[in-house]
Amino acid sequence: MPFRAFLLILRRDLKVAFRRVSEWSLPLLFFIAVSALFPLALSPDRLAMAPGESEVYGMQSLGIAVIWMGALLASLMGLDRLFLNDSEDGSLEQLMLSPAPLISVVYGKLAAHWLVSVLPLVILVPLVGLSYRLTPGATAVLALSLLIATPVLTVLVAIGAALTVNLRGATAIIGLLVLPLVSPALIFGARAAVLALDAESAAAPLYFNASLAIMAVSLGPVAIAAALRAGLE
Amino acid sequence: MGGHGPYVWTAYGITLAILIWNVWSALSLLRRNLRRVAGETAAEEPARRPKVSRMEDD
Amino acid sequence: MKLPVWFHRFGSPPWVYGFAGACAPWLLAAGLLAIAVGAYWGLVIAPPDARQGEVYRIIYIHPQTAYVGMMAYTLMAIAAAIGFIWRIKLAHAVAVSAAPIGATFTFGALITGAIWGRPTWGTYWEWGDPRIMSELLLLLMFLGYLALRAAFDDRDKADRVSAILAVVGVVNVPIIHFSVEWWNSLHQTASIMQLDKPAMPASMLVPFLIMVAGFTLLFYGLLLRRLQAGIVDRESGARWLRDLAPGATP
Repeated sequence: MPFRAFLLILRRDLKVAFRRVSEWSLPLLFFIAVSALFPLALSPDRLAMAPGESEVYGMQSLGIAVIWMGALLASLMGLDRLFLNDSEDGSLEQLMLSPAPLISVVYGKLAAHWLVSVLPLVILVPLVGLSYRLTPGATAVLALSLLIATPVLTVLVAIGAALTVNLRGATAIIGLLVLPLVSPALIFGARAAVLALDAESAAAPLYFNASLAIMAVSLGPVAIAAALRAGLE
Repeated sequence: MGGHGPYVWTAYGITLAILIWNVWSALSLLRRNLRRVAGETAAEEPARRPKVSRMEDD
Repeated sequence: MKLPVWFHRFGSPPWVYGFAGACAPWLLAAGLLAIAVGAYWGLVIAPPDARQGEVYRIIYIHPQTAYVGMMAYTLMAIAAAIGFIWRIKLAHAVAVSAAPIGATFTFGALITGAIWGRPTWGTYWEWGDPRIMSELLLLLMFLGYLALRAAFDDRDKADRVSAILAVVGVVNVPIIHFSVEWWNSLHQTASIMQLDKPAMPASMLVPFLIMVAGFTLLFYGLLLRRLQAGIVDRESGARWLRDLAPGATP
C-alpha cells in the first residue's frame, strides 16, 4: 500500500509538473545563468598557476569572483522589501494615486533599499576579502567597484521586481531576467579588482562601471515607474 | 569530408530540425487557433436564435 | 502624434491578417528554396577551405542562425515599444510572434557554433568568448521574456510589462557584447570564433549570401504565420473572424 501510494503521487506530480513548464525550467535557467556569469568574474589566466607563483594566487581571483557573485545574488534576495510588501497592503497603489511623482517614490525606495540591503555588503567586503587572502589594495578597489556598481545592481533588480510585482513565483523569474542584464557591471567590477591585485591601474573598468551607474540611475527608474504602472493598472 | 563529416552533418541536421520545428509549429498554431474559433462560432450558433425570437416577442 | 492614414491599416487586424496570409506562403517557399539551394551549394559545390578543410562549411548555417536571433530580438523590442507607446495591440502580437523563432534560432546558433569550435579551435565551449556569451545571454533574455509573459493571466498586462523588459533588454545587448569583448581582449584566450574578416572568395560568398537571404525570408514567413495565429487568438470574438469560412487557412 505505501509503495503504491508513492507511485501514484509520483506519477500525478510528474504529470502536473510537466504541464507547468515554468516551475521546473526556471531554476534550470537560473543555474545556467549563474554558471555563465561566474567565468566572467574570474580570470582564467590567474587560475592556471605558473610555476613559482604563490598558492594564494588562485585563491585571490576566486575570492574576487565569489565576492562579486555573492553580492549579486544577495541583492536578488532583498527584493521582497522593494515593492511586494507595499503592494500587498495597498500602500503602493496609494502612493501611485498620490500627487507625488511616481519617479520620486521610486528613487526613495531604491535609495532606502540600497542603504539597508546593499551598503552593509560593501562594508563586509574587507572581511571576506581578507579570508580570501586579498591584498589591502585589491580589497579597497573591490569595495570601491562594488560601491560604484551596486546602484546598477539595485536598479536592475528593482526593474525585475517592478515587472513581476503581484506575480506568483516572481522570485524565480526575476533571477533569470536580471542576471543577463548585470553581466557588464560584473565584468568591469571583477576586472577592476584583479587589476588592483596585479598592482595595475584599475581606472578603466571603474570608469566604465561609473558610466553604467549613471545610466542605470538616470534611466532605470523611468522603466521601473512604467513597469509598476503597467503591472498595477 | 576529411574526417570532419560528422561535425558538418550534425550541425546541418540540427539546423534543419530547428527549421522544420519552426515551420511546423507556426502552421499548426495557426491551424489550431482557427479550428478553435470555428468551434466556438459553431457552438454559439444554435444559442443565438432563441435569443432573437425572444426579443421579437416584445 | 498624427500618423498618416495608410499607416492605420497596420493597426487593423483583419487587414494585417489578410496581408500576412497573402505574403507568408511566398516568403516561406522562397526562404526554404533559397536555403535548399544555398545548402547544396555550400555542401557540395563550394570548394574546401585552405585552412579548415571541410568543417568550414558550417559558415553557411551558423552566422545565419545567429543573425536571425539578433534580428528577432531587435524586431521584438521595436514592435513591443511601438505597442507600448501607441497602445497598438497588433504591435504586441508581432513581438510575441518573434520571440519563439528568435529563441530557437539563437539556440541553433549556440549549438552549431559549439560543433564548429571543436574541430577548429579544439573546444566546444569557451566561457568568455564574446560571441558565445552574447548568444547565450541573448537566449536567456528570450526565455526570460517568454517566462515573464507566461506568468500573466491578463494578456494586456503581459503585453505591456514584457514590452518594458524587451526594451530594457535591447539596450543591454550592445553593452553586454562590448563588455564581454573588452573582457576577452584582456585575457588573450585563443581567438575563438573569429570569423575571418578577410574577404571571402566569391565561390564561398555566394552560397553564404544565399543562405542569409533564405534564412531572412524564412524568418519573416514564420513571423507572419505566427502573427496570424496571434491575431486569431486575440480577436476570437470578432465578427470579421467569424465570417471567415470556418477552418479556412487563407
